[in-house]
Amino acid sequence: MRLEVEGLTRAYGGQRAVDGLSFALEAGEIGCLLGPSGCGKTTALRCIAGFDRPDGGQISAAGEVLAGPGAFVPPERRRIGMVFQDYALFPHLDVFGNVSFGLRGLDRAARDARAREVLDLVGLGELAGRYPDELSGGQQQRVALARALAPRPRLVLLDEPFSSLDTEVRRRLAGDVRAALKREGATALLVTHDQQEAFAIADRIGVMRAGRLEQWDSAWRLYHSPATRFVADFVGDGAFIPGHVEGERRVATELGPVEGELTTPLASGARVDLLLRPDDIVVDAGSPLRTRILDKCFRGAQFMYTLALPSGERVLALVPSHEDHEVGGELGIRLETRHLVGFAREA
Amino acid sequence: MTLAGRLLPGTAAILVALPMLAVLAAVLHGATGADPELWEHLRSFVLPGVTRSTLVLVAGVVALSLILGVSLGWLTAACDFPGRGFFAWALLLPLAMPAYVLAFVAVATLDYAGPVPSLLREWFGAGFTLPPIRSTGGVIAVLALAFYPYVYLLARGAFLTHGTRALEAGQSLGLGPWAGFFRVALPLARPWVAAGAALVAMETLADFGAVSVFNYDTFTTAIYKSWFGLFSLETALQLALVLLALVAVALAVEQLARGRARYALAGAGARPPARLRLRRRLALAATVYATLVFALAFALPALCLAVWALEVAPLDLDARYVAYVTRTLLLAGMAAVACAALAVVLGWAVRAGGGWPARIAARAATLGYAVPGTVLAVGVVGALAAADLAWVALGATEGLWLQGTVLALLLGYVARFLAVAHGPVEGGLARLKPSLAEAARSFGLGRLAVLLRVQLPLLRAGIGTALLLVFVDVMKEMPITLMTRPFGWDTLAVRVFEMTAEGEWRRAALPSLVITLAGLVPVVLLTRRIEDASRG
Amino acid sequence: MLERLSASRRWGLVVALTAVAVGAASLFALRAGAQGDALVVYSARKYQLVEELFREYGQLRGIEVKFITDDGAPLVARLRAEGRNSPADVLMTVDAGDLWRAQSAGLLQPAKSATLDANIPAHLRDPDGHWYGLSIRARTIAYAAQRVKPEDLSSYAALGEPRWKGRLCLRSGKHVYNQSLVAILIAEHGEAATERIVRSWVANLATAPFSNDTLLLEAIAAGQCDVGIVNSYYLGRLQAERPGFPVALRWADQAGSGVHVNISGAGITRFARNRAEALRFLEWLSTPAIQARFAGANFEFAANPGVEPPPVVAAWGPFRQNVINVGKAGELQPAAVRLMDRAGWK
Repeated sequence: MRLEVEGLTRAYGGQRAVDGLSFALEAGEIGCLLGPSGCGKTTALRCIAGFDRPDGGQISAAGEVLAGPGAFVPPERRRIGMVFQDYALFPHLDVFGNVSFGLRGLDRAARDARAREVLDLVGLGELAGRYPDELSGGQQQRVALARALAPRPRLVLLDEPFSSLDTEVRRRLAGDVRAALKREGATALLVTHDQQEAFAIADRIGVMRAGRLEQWDSAWRLYHSPATRFVADFVGDGAFIPGHVEGERRVATELGPVEGELTTPLASGARVDLLLRPDDIVVDAGSPLRTRILDKCFRGAQFMYTLALPSGERVLALVPSHEDHEVGGELGIRLETRHLVGFAREA
Repeated sequence: MTLAGRLLPGTAAILVALPMLAVLAAVLHGATGADPELWEHLRSFVLPGVTRSTLVLVAGVVALSLILGVSLGWLTAACDFPGRGFFAWALLLPLAMPAYVLAFVAVATLDYAGPVPSLLREWFGAGFTLPPIRSTGGVIAVLALAFYPYVYLLARGAFLTHGTRALEAGQSLGLGPWAGFFRVALPLARPWVAAGAALVAMETLADFGAVSVFNYDTFTTAIYKSWFGLFSLETALQLALVLLALVAVALAVEQLARGRARYALAGAGARPPARLRLRRRLALAATVYATLVFALAFALPALCLAVWALEVAPLDLDARYVAYVTRTLLLAGMAAVACAALAVVLGWAVRAGGGWPARIAARAATLGYAVPGTVLAVGVVGALAAADLAWVALGATEGLWLQGTVLALLLGYVARFLAVAHGPVEGGLARLKPSLAEAARSFGLGRLAVLLRVQLPLLRAGIGTALLLVFVDVMKEMPITLMTRPFGWDTLAVRVFEMTAEGEWRRAALPSLVITLAGLVPVVLLTRRIEDASRG
Repeated sequence: MLERLSASRRWGLVVALTAVAVGAASLFALRAGAQGDALVVYSARKYQLVEELFREYGQLRGIEVKFITDDGAPLVARLRAEGRNSPADVLMTVDAGDLWRAQSAGLLQPAKSATLDANIPAHLRDPDGHWYGLSIRARTIAYAAQRVKPEDLSSYAALGEPRWKGRLCLRSGKHVYNQSLVAILIAEHGEAATERIVRSWVANLATAPFSNDTLLLEAIAAGQCDVGIVNSYYLGRLQAERPGFPVALRWADQAGSGVHVNISGAGITRFARNRAEALRFLEWLSTPAIQARFAGANFEFAANPGVEPPPVVAAWGPFRQNVINVGKAGELQPAAVRLMDRAGWK
């Protein structure tokens, strides 16, 4: 089902928690609202779920207006499932009771069959008789997902679904959750502050800041073609170095001229901050560009080096870990860019 | 675990249960010696009738209290309607009004000869009659109006802390607010609602004052009849034990029925509850409903008491009232703190590895509430007097050492009211996640330190409720106060007794009103506290 | 953490303070419990009816009169439990049955006083002097002055006649005043006849039995019923409060054995520490001047026959009382209760 949000606004005591949020999620897609805590993403989610009433804008699902001027569909009639941050499992019901809770209007056999089906989908078929407090965090999370999926909602919302799990479980579950959602053909929207989580699950990601949507795009484009400086900063590692535009495909920097297509066109001569991702920088012992190693961080296959340019500007470089250089030493680098990401320099 | 660590909780629990165990022992001792002929009489002519009427009464009062308490608790906790803020605490005020007072006000004003039916006859002719107040329906209505606050208080607390959260989960699964209430909020609140219902049932079973005003026969009146009328205290105590056994079984069944289900909701109360906005007409209906209950259970009876009290004030009101009030508040305060503290110790002992001795002690310690007050008082006096006699036999000067002291009075109150404190404290403990205690212990805190530094602060709402309930209950309590008070320790309730025993209801209005007014202060103070604590 | 610590300290403080308060209060009470010269009375006659006289006696004798009020049965149970430790010197009740019960449990001792024997008529005291009646509570027939002709009323038993069908009001059968009335009827007529009488009353009831006599009298005044059985002093109180109260009294059984009377009375406890003072106290209470006040305060009749009742009471006229010993009411009370259970008097 297609979800459409237009100009969604929600204020608390004059403070706009969500401010003109607009995006669309196509049927079968998994979307994600990504942003630091306090950016309004949870408020947006609660508005979509119907737990909160927007002050302005419109939310519609498959063409039906759920919330908008003069219209408000109560949450229980939206057919939108939700996985709560704390799961909100019913402690007085066992796993099976929780999962079949939302299955109404079905005969007993059909209900039981559907509950079993979703429990198997999340791999918890054997724990149907347990009570929530007898499950691990990851298991509770999967029960919450199964419970939300069981009534075949038009849309599933997931509120920071992995925040209370440890990293190991989180990584595995993220893949499982995506697989389960895709197998169900569900349309889903999650909110998170963790970009890895967003990348692992979502087809489309919206980066939010102070109630506004900065960019609504695929993960690849967020990374490689961020629309704003904030997105560039928030998504992925990188550093900005100053330069100025010399024509359509060329920026002059202290590392020499850098060639490539500018993702946002800027006038020739404009002063610019050029984004350099760690993978834009390649170690080249013979390069005349010499940098000093300030810091390094082992990441298994690679080292992340923090390098100081002669001017003192810093850049990050991702280097295969079989090349081990001492902190304080020198390193020759060169740039390997296909496109250029630059933002007009703020005065 | 050290040996001391294992023994301490069990020992503590048994110590807490000691007053009630001593009372039970005294009752058992007093109940020896059967009078088969008397039993035969009771079996043929008394018990069948009172069993039926008691069941009808308890079922009716509990059902009506549940309807009133749960609906009002839900409305004031989770919905918005005009006057909600006021009713949230005002609906607790009937707690401060003793059931026997409400009963005599109801009968005095609504019975055939009372002012209300007389006025109606004057207006609408001699044939005009109201449904008789001195009837089964009348007793049920009056007792439910007096006792519903127990359910209201506990249910509302549960709704406040996790009602809305659970409701959202229900809504996301397609349940409307009303269906969500019945399928999620209410089942989740079950331990608290059940605890409230249990208090109501026990109060009803043990009540003598109010049912006497209606001349309604119950098991308790049969107990009194055996003692006062048939001169057989033994038989009375035996009947009381039967009653006690039935209550114990009923409580155990409820406990079993809960099974493994837990009632702690993760992250509950993290967000201030968003109240349901009621449609205009519903909101108005809610206001009318709350107003009606408040008026019938409190405002009108209090007004009536005030009018009577003004009539007799010149006759009775003097400096002694300062002393009555001071003593009443002092006793109620001490008993409330003692009961709440012991309830915490009991709950802690059961959880800290006290094992079955602690569990049994906890059961026994909380049975006193279901025993008719005077019967319990006989047990209290029996136990204390036996202790005194033993003490004298050991060489002390002849005379009373325990009996007739404030300490004795407090022991009696603890035996009777520990159950009242136990309910909310236990409810609060049930909501504490075990991981909390484990987390605290992982910082190297001992069990006691965990209790003091982690659990107690989190139990504030439960302890506040316990203090409030015991406080107002002790203020209203008569039989134990009458039988064990030291010389000169007359309280307001004693005053009420002395007037009502002589049928001088109007003169009883003054002390009754003062009890009610004195009860207002803690009710108002503590409801604020509880509300804050359950939010913050 | 700091805040939590301070919270727990606060709790600790509350608990500690309470412990101190309890300790201090009970010590105080223990000392207050030590007896000295005080005369101690366990009284089922309530505060407002005795306090003034007790205080006056204390002043007269230069001692303290300490007393506790409660219902009769709990006071007897308390006396029994306390045994030889009991501080009580005098047990005062509002019903002969309670005195009889205390006596048969061995909780009273004979007073052996010529003064008391002279002041109190024989049927109002225990033959051995274990207890003495101090005031008379007459239980008789009340009727609606405007609707009933007094000559239609005669005996208790006659209230069971068909003409009173739906016109009779009774107080609860669980109350001792009715139980002792039935006990005396049993003593006179035997169980079978008494049960017929009680059944005929129950059949005539206009409404369910009331919980007290005042309500019953008001029901007669309001027209819910026309006749009832009450203790006279309840009407006295109402008439004093509301002159013109439309209910009158008819002395029952004047052609037979006389009005049933119960007593408010007292006896000296078996383990009295202050026996001499207790005896002196009872003798003082039996003297005419004190008798007038003791009974008059509650519109009762003095036990001492030489005492004139107050005007409201005197207006009901003289009556002949049943001179069967009031102790009989206690003795037969259990039988009466069973009979009433069988007859369905709620």
